[in-house]
Amino acid sequence: MSLCYQCGKCSAGCPVRYYMDIAPNKVVRLIQLGYYEEALKSETPWLCAGCLTCSVRCPKEFDLAKFMDAVREIAIEKGVEVKQENILKFHKAFLDQIKNHGRSYEVGLVAEYKMKTLDLFQDVDSAPGMFLKGKLDLLPHNIKNRKEIKSIFKKTSGKK
Amino acid sequence: MKYGYFPGCSLTSSAKEYDISLRKVIDKLGISFDEINDWSCCGATSAHVTNHKLSTALAMRNIMLAEQQGLDNIIAPCAACYNRLIISQNEIGKHSGIRKETEDLLSVKFKKDIKVFNILELFLKSGINKIIENRKRELSELKAACYYGCLLVRPAAITKFDDAEEPESMEKIIEATGAGAVDWNYKTECCGAAHSIARRDIVVDLSKKILDDAITHGANVMVVACPMCHTNLDMRQRAMKRKYPDHKEFPVLYLTELIGLSLGMDEKELGIDLHYTNFKYADTLLNNSAKG
Amino acid sequence: MKIGVFICHCGENISSTVDCPRVADVCRGYSGVEYSVDYKYMCSDPGQNLIKNAIHKYDLDAIVVGSCSPHMHERTFRNAAVSAGINPFMVEIANLREHCSWVHDDIEASSRKAIELMRMAIEKVKRDKPLTKIKVPVTKRVLVIGGGIAGIQAALDTANAGYEVVLVEKEPSIGGHMSQLSETFPTLDCSQCILTPRMVEVHQHPKIKLMTYSEVERVEGFIGNFKVTIKKKARHINEDKCSGCGMCITKCPIKKKAYNSFEEDLAFRPAVYVPFPQAIPNIPVIDETVCTYYKTGKCGMCLKVCDREAIDFAQKDTMHVADVGAIIVATGFKLYNIEKKSGDSKYKGYGEYGYGKYRDVIDGLQFERIASASGPTSGEIKRPSDGRVPKKIAFIQCVGSRDDSKGISYCSKICCMYTAKQAMLYRHKVHDGEAYIFYMDIRAGGKMYEEFVRRAIEEDKVKYIRGRVSRIYEEDGKYIVKGEDTLAGMPVEIDADMVVLATAMIPQDGAESLARTIGIPYDKYGFFNEAHPKLRPVESTTAGVFLAGACQSPKDIPESVSMASAAASKAIILFANDTLEREPVVAKVNEDICAGCFYCMKVCPYGAVEVKDVKDMNGIVYKEVAYINQGVCQGCGTCTATCLSKSIELAGFNNEEIFAEIAAL
Repeated sequence: MSLCYQCGKCSAGCPVRYYMDIAPNKVVRLIQLGYYEEALKSETPWLCAGCLTCSVRCPKEFDLAKFMDAVREIAIEKGVEVKQENILKFHKAFLDQIKNHGRSYEVGLVAEYKMKTLDLFQDVDSAPGMFLKGKLDLLPHNIKNRKEIKSIFKKTSGKK
Repeated sequence: MKYGYFPGCSLTSSAKEYDISLRKVIDKLGISFDEINDWSCCGATSAHVTNHKLSTALAMRNIMLAEQQGLDNIIAPCAACYNRLIISQNEIGKHSGIRKETEDLLSVKFKKDIKVFNILELFLKSGINKIIENRKRELSELKAACYYGCLLVRPAAITKFDDAEEPESMEKIIEATGAGAVDWNYKTECCGAAHSIARRDIVVDLSKKILDDAITHGANVMVVACPMCHTNLDMRQRAMKRKYPDHKEFPVLYLTELIGLSLGMDEKELGIDLHYTNFKYADTLLNNSAKG
Repeated sequence: MKIGVFICHCGENISSTVDCPRVADVCRGYSGVEYSVDYKYMCSDPGQNLIKNAIHKYDLDAIVVGSCSPHMHERTFRNAAVSAGINPFMVEIANLREHCSWVHDDIEASSRKAIELMRMAIEKVKRDKPLTKIKVPVTKRVLVIGGGIAGIQAALDTANAGYEVVLVEKEPSIGGHMSQLSETFPTLDCSQCILTPRMVEVHQHPKIKLMTYSEVERVEGFIGNFKVTIKKKARHINEDKCSGCGMCITKCPIKKKAYNSFEEDLAFRPAVYVPFPQAIPNIPVIDETVCTYYKTGKCGMCLKVCDREAIDFAQKDTMHVADVGAIIVATGFKLYNIEKKSGDSKYKGYGEYGYGKYRDVIDGLQFERIASASGPTSGEIKRPSDGRVPKKIAFIQCVGSRDDSKGISYCSKICCMYTAKQAMLYRHKVHDGEAYIFYMDIRAGGKMYEEFVRRAIEEDKVKYIRGRVSRIYEEDGKYIVKGEDTLAGMPVEIDADMVVLATAMIPQDGAESLARTIGIPYDKYGFFNEAHPKLRPVESTTAGVFLAGACQSPKDIPESVSMASAAASKAIILFANDTLEREPVVAKVNEDICAGCFYCMKVCPYGAVEVKDVKDMNGIVYKEVAYINQGVCQGCGTCTATCLSKSIELAGFNNEEIFAEIAAL
């Protein structure tokens, strides 16, 4: 954490910088100064696309993308209200498919996501196309050892 | 040469054509795959952005299966899967705590150092000469913008096969097919990745910039090696058209599809018709396929 | 032998954990000890008098002092002994402070350890032999390596003190980087105008022998007595005949084959050239790699036009030997470049700034040439790619410096100042131009430096943006510079016509191999190490070798000049004596048992071991043995430890003495 000297190169190269409420380097700064709540409440970690541009260009070799992973994980753990709630709902819906089937199941994912967000109309243009092109299977690809996957989820979901 | 194969979820659904074309191409080039039995999702973006332990365990489960199956290496054609696998592998290699935690979760001891290769490494290692030998179709009309996206070459300290800022391995493969490659700016800019559904607006803006830069630099086709990039750059062109009415449809191919074309396969065979955008050169190309 | 023992309390430094009176008591009982005493401050005047009086009163032959480290006061106690008539090498120090009281807290245990340390020293002193210092003559001539501003200053100062100087410069002319600069901060005076008089002075000085286009090949010997071999590269021009008329240069048909390195590759030069019009000496060089004559044997245009018959295609490199007493190293710096580096390079390039593929993304020295009245654009600010006047320039600081990921962690120190100057010059020359500077911190410590930076901001309206740039790419002939203003917390994109990178100063090519040739240490970047960072900043750890300028660390002109004058004065101090005294702690070979394996020669870090022929009565060589040059030997003992036949002894630390110490434990 003390590695960061606040040069801002991460923010300068961040592809989603324009959509963020505060700059990525500022999230680091807030945590350096002990303003954890402010940092955890920010939308920035949720908008981070994990593209690693910041990490590969950081002059101090600070892995900011991984740091953002940690911030999000702590925010979930602490139950901080996530302003970019759709993004979190998407991730949850995605992981639910894996938990149940072992692989991603796009129909289930989209259905669950839409139930959660009540955003029923987005993507209506692409889904039928995907069906027509035979890309969306109506049934999930279940793996055999779903028990193992469920157990991994169970063991890793406990409060630390 | 025989490789372990980890298709990843996308290649069984939204990126079916990537799987189809890859299998056709390697078959033609005399490479064979041994698919990992009962493989599961690598955890993708959703796991690593919310639960580090879970993401490492999900990725390493597949490495574990490969080891149990007696494989030495794995080809992960999806750039995101590739990235999750090598990063998880690197983490358990570097941090004994994470290694132990993951081994306990999976009730296994990792012994072998299984090499995870991406699609570019596959062709660089055992494809370039064979592509040149088996070339059947003239592709010189094509000017490809090679799009690496974020996860194929980053972080370079771990991926260790190409430059993170000015990569050129895909261009080498493209040249082997006889197509041309343009020099452009957005080779490694992010398309918005996993925000495709929850923040489509961001994906549309970022992908639009990428396509525009390719066009500005004289490309007539974009070549990708990542299902997530393909979804954003291909499927999202409809939403792009709504937001930017003057947007002109631009074809986006998987690398394997382009290789397939050069090897004389047709559009349908390779699943190119499954794209949202039309590959407008296909007809003319198929017409002059008589070379071989 | 009568031995005196003196135990120092060092205030409370020793006595708080060592029972000093008890140690003195116990020592009094050892055989050979005539007198033993403890005292609060042995290094004080009364303490020293205590030693001197005891020597007289008890007629002592040797003394052992239990005190602080010998690094602190060995010399003090030796001097006291000498003034009382004892040989200084009959004095042993037992380190009761750093090795005992400071590192333990149990009084009983540390007192016992102190007694052991004293007993060891007593046993050693019993076997010590009186030694006399070695005297070596001094050659009062200095070698200056590097003809930039630091080398020029050092050469002039030494020569003006009346000593001879050999000034070696690897380029065809002296002047160094300073001759490339446009104007200098913080006064904005013209760099060449203040430099060229100095260059002329060097050239005309009767005490300075100037050797340009030359390199140091080998350095042998030691302080006061170095023997230096210098390679004078073939210019293919007879220096005695050439008048510097420049006809050969004008008529050379090769016009665009070689980049002009003085112009930082922004222009071409002919195959026969002088680096710049004010070059000293004003004698051209023929570049074999591009000259047609060397490729085809034809052309010879220069030969035809030279009416003094100075062209000499057959000229070869020549070797010259110089005897000097001191060496001043002033090899300077070069700039890091952003190009892609090979895997074995210490540094990485900047792919995010295009690895140098954009022609209008230039470095600081290139901008100096563009801004210089004598440069390729005659001082007009123009883009290298198309010659257009840039209306917007982005300057980026800390490129390659303060960047661990590229391999350089240090601050390059002068870039804040020269970037402010360059932005200012640009604003003076292009009135409607906009200058942006991306910076991380502004480091303007220096006389009138901060004021200078403020002037750039307040009067010349240079816009400073605090943030590192993440990426540069070309779009429609503009360079898109992606940054973040970390003060405003806002992303910034500048569509600049030109980008100037303030790239880091790094050591000159070949700095490390030169350091190995001379035998001086260097840091991980290749900068030469000073002997002490605070108190001996211009000396290397090798006696008689001094450092000046940016070869030691990044420096600006005033600092380089100060350091050069300091290095010159160090050489002059050395020359104040006709002979040098050296410590007699040197190794000596027992020639009777030396097997001539020469392992000692391989391990000696100072090159002090030579081969000596041993002859029989008829003068016939019957074996070769190792011989240690006492002037070069530094007494490190490596050869002694390595010698398989145990035939090397280090005076003052011979085997008998060391074994006696161990046996006393």
